[in-house]
Amino acid sequence: MSIKIDKEKCTACGKCLKVCPGSLIYKDETNKAFIKYEKDCWGCTACLKECKAGAIKYFLGADIGGKGACLHTIQDKDLLHWFIVKPDGKEEKITINQKDANKY
Amino acid sequence: MTLEPKILKTDILIIGGGTAGCYGALTIAENSSVEVIIAEKANIKRSGCLAAGVNAINAYINEGETPESFVDYVKRDSDGLIREDLVYTIAKRLNKVTEKIESLGLPILKDENGKYVSRGKRSIKINGENIKPILAKAVEEKQNIKILNKVNIIDYIVKEQKIIGAYGFSIEENNFYTIYAKAVICTTGGAAGIYKSNNPGFSRHKMWYSPFNTGAGYAMGIRAGAEMTSFEMRFIALRCKDTIAPTGTTAQGIGARQINGKGEDYVKKYGKPTTPMRLYSTVMENRNGEGPCYLQTVGITKEQEEELYKAYLNMAPAQTLKWIEKGVGPADENLEIEGTEPYIVGGHTSSGYWVDTDRATTIEGLYAAGDVAGGSPKKYVTGCFAEAEIASIAAMEYIAGKKLETLQDSEIDQKLREVDSFLTRAAGPYTIEQVEEAMQKVMDEYAGGISTGYIYSKKRLEIAKQRIDELVDISKTLKAQDLHQLLFIYEIIDRLDVCKALIRHLEARKETRWKCYQENADYPEKDDANFLKYVNSRYENGEFKILLREPVERDDIYEH
Repeated sequence: MSIKIDKEKCTACGKCLKVCPGSLIYKDETNKAFIKYEKDCWGCTACLKECKAGAIKYFLGADIGGKGACLHTIQDKDLLHWFIVKPDGKEEKITINQKDANKY
Repeated sequence: MTLEPKILKTDILIIGGGTAGCYGALTIAENSSVEVIIAEKANIKRSGCLAAGVNAINAYINEGETPESFVDYVKRDSDGLIREDLVYTIAKRLNKVTEKIESLGLPILKDENGKYVSRGKRSIKINGENIKPILAKAVEEKQNIKILNKVNIIDYIVKEQKIIGAYGFSIEENNFYTIYAKAVICTTGGAAGIYKSNNPGFSRHKMWYSPFNTGAGYAMGIRAGAEMTSFEMRFIALRCKDTIAPTGTTAQGIGARQINGKGEDYVKKYGKPTTPMRLYSTVMENRNGEGPCYLQTVGITKEQEEELYKAYLNMAPAQTLKWIEKGVGPADENLEIEGTEPYIVGGHTSSGYWVDTDRATTIEGLYAAGDVAGGSPKKYVTGCFAEAEIASIAAMEYIAGKKLETLQDSEIDQKLREVDSFLTRAAGPYTIEQVEEAMQKVMDEYAGGISTGYIYSKKRLEIAKQRIDELVDISKTLKAQDLHQLLFIYEIIDRLDVCKALIRHLEARKETRWKCYQENADYPEKDDANFLKYVNSRYENGEFKILLREPVERDDIYEH
């Protein structure tokens, strides 16, 4: 489990570097973000939620049952949209209002 | 590359800006004009245990419960051995700190009468995805709190048996910090990465506890000679297979039972369903060929499934991703569960600093709260808030009339040279990663990890001790190419010191008090006559001195 950062989409804002609780993300020579310590990712998704460009995607390693799907988020005021995109391009979306408490 | 020395001064230094650290700083800022520095090795917005969120407030006194009944529960669940004074002082504050975090913006589910909706006797329902940013924002708004993000603290400064500050370095700039303070509060959290994890390959950090909590506070305390307690009461979580996501949301939320591979309800075969017993029964069923074990979710409604997807996204998104990626959710397939590797974490069990009722450690000027403070299991988030409040108030009282003490430049230079040596030396025979892997393998095989079913013996511990001592020597030859590698080296050094203490504690408890957490093969029975006591230790002149201490009652005010 780790993250992938799409260099094309990255706007070099630096927010993901700042917020990663393991400080695992660094800037390359063009100031774009890359994950330097891929295997040290905890999977907290803090970086996804910071990324307004939708450039960061989270995936499960094959060792824990990953099959190539990726997760990313888009924040729209109180709504946090979670997108899961499967390798065949099929997408599932779950929207959570962050003001609503869990039912469980 | 070498580091530039910088000197900072403050009234109270808080080490670690996680759950307890942020709440402690906020307590001080709202009640005084005392100046605070929070030194945080990442960034307080998402650092610590709450990075991904949390699924519920699990320490709250619901209607029908009392602080007294809370203490009784924690004592029962911990086989009779807790510091009742510590748990009781926390219990009395739980509801107040919950109201505080709600006032800062945490959504809590309420019924039509405006009352919190309970999730069991001591739990309430929230949306905890954003809890850390909410807390961090409140801290950032306070004028008298200075936040040092990306600064890793490596040791206390001790002068005449008193803590007068701490040393650290930045992982972004070439700065070596000497921070002087009238009092220090340690809130660094517990220790993960001591044992080989469930997923030791690519997903090695897909663990329950924060992999970035590497026992720095324990290790600094050990090195400074602070008394520590109950390291042998390790915490091992029962979690969803592979994703290591919490099970409580499913078990308590929809009332799912634990079943074995034959579909039998197995926990009751082993005794009362305490937290360690739910884990132990699962380990035993697997050992007896009755596994895999599951939470029985088949048959829940699609609406319930949808709510579970959301609840997991709010704290452990890997689990929802796994369900959706597989195309089969919990309504159609039971949720497999497993035990994690052991962690040292005083918010769930009792490991940590031996503190008095005010959370003062045994070294003057040093206070501890949260996962790094021992004696009071089942703090969870609100218990860490409550404990941080107690420690902060005590630290504020302590510094009244106190002046800063400082060092000679030559003393700072000596510490700076030690840190620089990792950056300037030629590479030794092994890499940082190899030492980490070796440590985790040794602890797994010889100090009761997953591979031995969590059981240990004196013979095995002797091998562990010898191997860890060898790794300590190797750690002194490690080379850092950059500041992040310097951080990795200090994280290894800290965890090796925690291993040394842990091995001594496991050996010293010559009984078996907690299944899995502390299961001594040489002494498989509980021995109340000799061991209804706290196993404490103090590191002096290169040796751990073990002390057995008598139970402290709930109305006692314990003083060192």
